[in-house]
Amino acid sequence: MSTPAPRQLVVVGGGMVAHRLVEALVDRGGVADGGWQVTVLAEEPRAPYDRVALTSYFSGRDPQDLALGDPALWDTPGVQLRRGEQVTEVDRAARVVRTAGGREHGYDALVLATGSSPFVPPVEGKDLPGCFVYRTIDDVAALRQYVTEVDTRRKDGAHPRPVTGAVVGGGLLGLEAAGALTALGVQTHVVEFAPRLMPLQVDEGGGEALQRLVGALGVQVHAGTATAKLTAGRDGRVARMHAAEGSAAGLTHLDVDVVVFAAGVRPRDELARASELPVGPRGGVVVDPSCRTEDPAVWAIGEVACLDGRTWGLVAPGYTMAEIVADQLLGGAAEFPGADLSTKLKLLGVDVASFGDAFGTSPGALSVVYGDPVAGVYKKLVLSDDARTLLGGILVGDASAYAGLRPLVGRELGGDPAAWLLPEGAEGGPASAELPDDAAVCSCNNVTAGSIRDAVRCDGCADLGAVKACTKAGTSCGSCLPLVKKLVTTELAAAGVSVSSALCEHFDVSRAQLFDVVRVTGITSFSELVDRHGRGRGCDICKPVVASILASLDSRHVLDGERATLQDTNDHVMANIQKDGTYSVVPRIPGGEVTPEGLIAIGEVARDFGLYTKITGGQRIDLFGARMELLPAIWERLVAAGFESGHAYGKSLRTVKSCVGSTWCRYGVQDSVALAIALELRYRGLRSPHKIKLGVSGCARECAEARGKDVGVIATDNGWNLYVGGNGGFTPRHAKLLAEDLDTETLVRTIDRFLVYYVRTADRLQRTAPWLEEIEGGLDHVRAVVLEDSLGIAADLDAAMADHVEGYTDEWRATLEDPEKLRRFASFVNAPDSPDPSLSYVVERGQPRPSTAAERTAGEATGAVLVAGPRLEVFSR
Amino acid sequence: MTATLPPETTAQTGWTAVCRYTDLQPERGVAALVGDQQIAVFRLFDGSLHAVGHRDPVSGAHVIARGLVGTRGDAPTVASPMYKQVFDLRTGVCLDAPDDSAVRLPVHPVRLRDGWVEIGSGG
Ligand SMILES: Cc1cc2nc3c(=O)[nH]c(=O)nc-3n(C[C@H](O)[C@H](O)[C@H](O)COP(=O)(O)OP(=O)(O)OC[C@H]3O[C@@H](n4cnc5c(N)ncnc54)[C@H](O)[C@@H]3O)c2cc1C
Ligand code: SF4
Repeated sequence: MSTPAPRQLVVVGGGMVAHRLVEALVDRGGVADGGWQVTVLAEEPRAPYDRVALTSYFSGRDPQDLALGDPALWDTPGVQLRRGEQVTEVDRAARVVRTAGGREHGYDALVLATGSSPFVPPVEGKDLPGCFVYRTIDDVAALRQYVTEVDTRRKDGAHPRPVTGAVVGGGLLGLEAAGALTALGVQTHVVEFAPRLMPLQVDEGGGEALQRLVGALGVQVHAGTATAKLTAGRDGRVARMHAAEGSAAGLTHLDVDVVVFAAGVRPRDELARASELPVGPRGGVVVDPSCRTEDPAVWAIGEVACLDGRTWGLVAPGYTMAEIVADQLLGGAAEFPGADLSTKLKLLGVDVASFGDAFGTSPGALSVVYGDPVAGVYKKLVLSDDARTLLGGILVGDASAYAGLRPLVGRELGGDPAAWLLPEGAEGGPASAELPDDAAVCSCNNVTAGSIRDAVRCDGCADLGAVKACTKAGTSCGSCLPLVKKLVTTELAAAGVSVSSALCEHFDVSRAQLFDVVRVTGITSFSELVDRHGRGRGCDICKPVVASILASLDSRHVLDGERATLQDTNDHVMANIQKDGTYSVVPRIPGGEVTPEGLIAIGEVARDFGLYTKITGGQRIDLFGARMELLPAIWERLVAAGFESGHAYGKSLRTVKSCVGSTWCRYGVQDSVALAIALELRYRGLRSPHKIKLGVSGCARECAEARGKDVGVIATDNGWNLYVGGNGGFTPRHAKLLAEDLDTETLVRTIDRFLVYYVRTADRLQRTAPWLEEIEGGLDHVRAVVLEDSLGIAADLDAAMADHVEGYTDEWRATLEDPEKLRRFASFVNAPDSPDPSLSYVVERGQPRPSTAAERTAGEATGAVLVAGPRLEVFSR
Repeated sequence: MTATLPPETTAQTGWTAVCRYTDLQPERGVAALVGDQQIAVFRLFDGSLHAVGHRDPVSGAHVIARGLVGTRGDAPTVASPMYKQVFDLRTGVCLDAPDDSAVRLPVHPVRLRDGWVEIGSGG
């Protein structure tokens, strides 16, 4: 069987767009085996790389890191990449290209992907040593080497002064170069001929804002200034830049050590010109919408192509052209659909975005402008003449609204356009509800508004977490989360699901907001709070929340005065209600360490009061079946034996579980028990939105299962690793690493801050895992707050924890000392010591348990099986 | 916990005094034993008195007096501490299942006399 001879495809230039073309051809199975034999002739000595990220070379990135895609692409059979091979001639008649090295490559199809060269204005001295361009890895490597060399000479010289540099051109490329120079420690000037920076992307107002922001970073901007010539110093290197007469601010010259030309690019269309292919009025190989030149065997793509009468200086349209040619070479009919020249960049750390008709050139276009000179923010929206349809815009200093706005170009904005420009625009804008379904909301994972809506509408996702899991939106960089949350909320509301953040019918605000209200107003009672900031008399939802908030903000006894009426029965009698209306009692056993005497004391109490005993998952002992009126007598005995409340009843710290650690375990590297005890004693009684559990393991074997806790600590050779956000229960979660190798003091301070920040900002009944998921910025944000004090509140958090530690008293001991508080334990107001007559028990495995309904019926009939209950003998000492 | 009992019960009038009005903390219930009936008695924020059955019809445990007191709309309420059903203190109706007659608290007459809280027995 004979296969047809493969057709030869020659690609001139090995840049970004050439790379995409080869990738697309291979992906579509168009290479080898009866397809194309591809030869890429690349002038540069390396495989195609990410030119857009060129500047990251200065932040220490290895040139290898700039590689594009999978390097194995170039090992694909049928693909040949020839580096360092410059094409000097195209012979269209013979269908052959010739290289500088004298080789010939015949072609059936030829693609020109030669990109652009930097434009260097024809000024005197432009070729002096110390003058650079900014296009290739070799360019930036040479620039860096030169600057380092000058810098070293300066430091060793008699008059050390910093290296000074000038960038010619204040556009996108110029600001990139300025950023690179600044990163090298160079005192940088930017010289721009136009009256403002980035003249192609932003208008005057935007340029001013940009200039202020860039200036604040130490870069001096000279707009409205033309470079007349460059002159050398005695060493023959560039030393002075002379400004043309009439330059703004009367600038005559700058003394510089290095000059970078970044004044635009020119298409490298020389091969086409020499072979008499038509070029555009301002350069570029003229192609039709299928990217074909006048010669049907020759294509041009990327920055060298002149399509629709212009060249395209961004990578995205180039990639589109590459896909088109791949399609055409395989017999398809794809054509250029037009390109979106919207840009969003972070230049020198400053947000700049421009999209659509940024300059308002459409007939009748209106502009809405918001400027905040102090914050260095400038935002402009261009609208149709009826002020309804969005045509374009410019955002400088804060481009957070870009993601929401760009997909709306050409559509009705809905609502007041100004609302998009105010700082809240960062939330995704007021009109996110009207985002079209095809608008990309999460760009990392390419999730559209429509798929987020579908997740709620069709897949039944009922909260942000579920939508994230289902669509992957917001799971990479997380910057779109505010917008995703808004869409989810809107969609849920539309579906009739109530997503109001109101706590209940009595308070319109969330727990976190209510916390702030209490903190700011200093209100100390529920009555005053509900009177001034709510309505009605509260309920079983808001009252415990307020009780917990009040308890967090001062350390009065939880049963003081009116506060007693806010507490669930568990908190009210400081025990856990069980199914028959009796309670269970849990004394604190810090770190799970207990003496034999302690165990005996607990055992005696259990025996004397007829309590069922069981070891809990939190390494302590639970005593069941305690009648309310007996709780004080039980606790009198426990307190006398040295025990205190274990807060098993509260939304508060439960236990700090620990393994035995280095004191006994042959693997342990730190004393996990001592740390667990210290932590438990520190955080005991801390009231919070939900229960909190901690764990400490003495080595990486993790016997304490610390990563299943809200706060987990695992010993390392050098200290402790801290994990947060774990839990068991209905939705088990593993805790995530917050910080590594902390010493004990730093560890405790970090946990302090983490806990107080959680207590202050979490929702009612929200454990740490969902809290971390929902809080804006997630774990990284919390890490910044507790370790780097990014919100400037660390001192406040520390003080709050110090207050807690100092204000702690054992609630049970305090209760026993106060006859007023003891009154609540009466079983009946008119028969304070009478047991509830309906209780009854049977014995199972040597211990009492509540009788079942069937046993009760049978018992009443025979009067036989029931024990205990009211008839149980109680020894009270 | 002493001297809370009145000198005598006035059985012939059908009213049983269970405690002094000042023994009751506003918005926190108490249980009272009247004959063999367990009754939950509440003094509300506005000073009014309410008495309902102490037995929670959902769990069968005698715990209603230990529930949190509040309001729902205009209705004064108590929430069972066991499974959190909310009951209207005026009618005993469970506001979460108003049509379910099995989940309903009996309401008892209650009055204030000479500083004593009295529960009407039998009716
Ligand atoms: C610093 C910098 C930042 C940028 N930032 C952005 C950005 O944020 N967003 C954006 O969209 N775009 C940006 N760009 C522009 C983007 O890099 C280009 O649009 C893109 O690289 C164009 O791809 P191309 O393949 O057409 O050209 P190139 O990537 O330039 O590739 C052309 C290649 O052809 C080679 N070549 C030329 N002539 C010959 C010949 N005769 N024989 C052999 N080889 C030849 C060249 O050496 C070159 O390697 C930036 C560019 C720079 C320099
Ligand atoms: S975690 Fe390590 S130190 Fe602790 S018990 Fe297990 S093996 Fe021992």
